[in-house]
Order: sequence, then C-alpha cells, then structure tokens
Amino acid sequence: MKVNGFAHPAPSDPRRLLSDHLRHDLGLTGTHVGCEHGVCGCCTVLLDGAPVRSCLMLAVQAEGHDVTTIEGLAPGGSQLHPVQQAFHECHGLQCGFCTPGFVMSVVGLLAQHPHPTEEQVDEGIAGNLCRCTGYASIRRAVTRAAVLLAPLTPDPSPLGGEGANPADRSSSGGEGAGTSP
Amino acid sequence: MLAGGQSLMPLLNFRLARPSHLVDINRVGGLDRIYERDGGVAVQALARQAAVEDSELVARACPLLSAAVRLVAHRVIRNRGTVCGSIAHSDPASELPAVLLALGGHVVARSKRGERRIEAGELFAGVFETSIAPDELLVEAWFPKSPKPFAILEESRRHGDFALAGVVRAGDRLALFGVAPTPVLAGAKDPARGLQPSGDLEATPEFRLHLVRVLTDKAFAA
Repeated sequence: MKVNGFAHPAPSDPRRLLSDHLRHDLGLTGTHVGCEHGVCGCCTVLLDGAPVRSCLMLAVQAEGHDVTTIEGLAPGGSQLHPVQQAFHECHGLQCGFCTPGFVMSVVGLLAQHPHPTEEQVDEGIAGNLCRCTGYASIRRAVTRAAVLLAPLTPDPSPLGGEGANPADRSSSGGEGAGTSP
Repeated sequence: MLAGGQSLMPLLNFRLARPSHLVDINRVGGLDRIYERDGGVAVQALARQAAVEDSELVARACPLLSAAVRLVAHRVIRNRGTVCGSIAHSDPASELPAVLLALGGHVVARSKRGERRIEAGELFAGVFETSIAPDELLVEAWFPKSPKPFAILEESRRHGDFALAGVVRAGDRLALFGVAPTPVLAGAKDPARGLQPSGDLEATPEFRLHLVRVLTDKAFAA
C-alpha cells in the first residue's frame, strides 16, 4: 500500500486495524483513535482520495490502495494545507484531539462540494465529534477553507452531469463570496 | 463475510463477534455494479452506499432508495458501507431492509449449490438474522421502481444515529423499522397495531409506538 505517497509492505498480522497499523507500525500518530467503532471520526483518513474510518478497516485491505493521513496533507511542513490554514485562522480547534479527523473529513467534503451550502457543511461534519468548540468555529473554518481552496479548484461543472450539481451551483452562488466571517 | 465492514468491524473491535474465519470479498471483481433490471435497480454486493447515493440511475428508477441511503449514518461511513451489507446485517433499526420490504424487492444469494432468489418478505428472520444460509453470499439486492407517492421518515436522537423508529411508504404499502425484531409491513390506518417494541435508554416502547403513528400520518399526508 502507499501511505502519503510512499510504498509500504502490508502488515504481517491480518488482524491489524488500519488505524493501529498507521500509528504503531508506521509511527504516523497524527491519526487519532477515539471510539474504535466509527462514531467519533477521529481516525478518518483518505483512501484513494475519499474519507473513510481507519478503525473500521483492516490494514491488509488497504493493499494496492493510496492512503493519505494528516501528515500527508502538507508534506514538508513548510506550508499548511488550505483546510489546516482555515482551521488555524478560524480557531476551529481547542484541544486538537478531533482535529485530524475533522480536517480529513472536510478535505473529502470540499472535494465533493467545492462550494458547500450551510446544510452541506453541517452534513459534512456531522460524522465527527468535537467536545470543545461547540462546532461554530469549525463550521466557519469549513466555509473559509472553501474560499481558500477556490482558486485551486476548477469550476464545479466538469465534475459531472449528476442531477445534484445544478442545485449545488445555484445555492452556492451567494454563499462562498458573501457570508464568510 | 466482510464487504464494507461498517457494521461488522465495530462488532469485531468490541469482540461481540468472534468468527473463526473472516472472508473479505473486496477483491472479488465484477461485484460492484448498479444496473437496471426488470424495471427496477439491482445493486451488487460491493456497490458502496455513496455510489448508490450519487447514482443517476437510482435517482431516476428508485428515488426512494436514493432518499433512504442518505439517512444511513454519515457520508464517510457510506464511502465504505454497502447496501447489500446493510441488508445482510439486518439490524432492526436499519433503513434499507425496510425499504426492500416496502417495495417488495428481493435479494439473490449464491453458493456452490447455485443461485436462488429470496423475496424480501422471506428474508428477515430476526434481530441480525436472515434466511441466507452460511454457505451463501448475498450477491445482489433488487429494488423495484418506486411507486408514487413514496416517503421515508425516521426519528433519531442525533443526526446519523440509528433511528428510534422509522416508516417507509411505497405507494399504498407501509413498512416500519426500529419497532420489531425485523422490519414489518403495517396498515396505514392503525400502524402500531400488534407491535411490542422494546424500550431502552433512548426511548420507551410507548414513545416508539407514538413515533410510528406520527411518522405514518406524516408519510401519508404527503
């Protein structure tokens, strides 16, 4: 499997969870483990670009796939990823335990909806639990991240002819530009 | 049998399930299609819930399924979870078994002995139990075209949680979930008749019956 662009052999123990493999075998402790049953969202990583729970996958299942962890978002560490930058600017974190999971979920959300409506933002972060912030600053961070990512994102129209897209576009018109804090 | 793993992996993590063997079907080729069949939609064993959610075909032929799949957990879970897995897991509070029952769909089970079709009405045997044999694999679920009007309504404590109770309307047919060991068909006039739902920390049996009546009224008011 590839983790953050580097090839790694699969673990020898087929029982190993992907979350445990990342942390204990590869030393990538940025992926946090909270509930281990898919509820808290702390362990979210990207599998071939789409966010998934690493505690609900065996590491051997990632063989032949690309895994991206929080460490892989801003390789080199000289510059934050736009989503990390937005969380920083909007104080989208306090203790930070849930943050890697939130950031990975939001990266996935903004790939799916580059100009999310308020409802899409709420829906997109509903699967991650934060006990510090009360979520308001996280919602602001998502809106801010969409603005930061906008110059980097092509027009949403080439994403496909799915029925949902025209609605996305019309409702996002005033959203990204006007209401960011 | 491991497909999406979004129900089975938590059970393994908690040691609530301790199978001697686990078969991962994720590398089986040609088992992830969503296609039109007999006027409805067939969803194969490895088709992810997110793919069904985004499918134009499903939106056109079975919009009830599109609506229902959006109520299953969260998008990050649906990126991995499968429709067939939800049906085979047969959680009493799960949406998709009730949708299959309301629509009168079926599943296709395959084994070395061959392939057979199991109607939704014959499929759900109890809590987490189906009539699929241990040597069979659920390879496909078939959902008929949604009749109009249709609705799926549920009440849960938090967004994405399991429903305390829910109703699925497909034309004149009504299926309930979260109020019996399996999804059940009911009459719209007195949907709570004969039900004996369990009570827990989140809802008393009486509250679940109340929800069934209110949600049914809403579903049939539309």
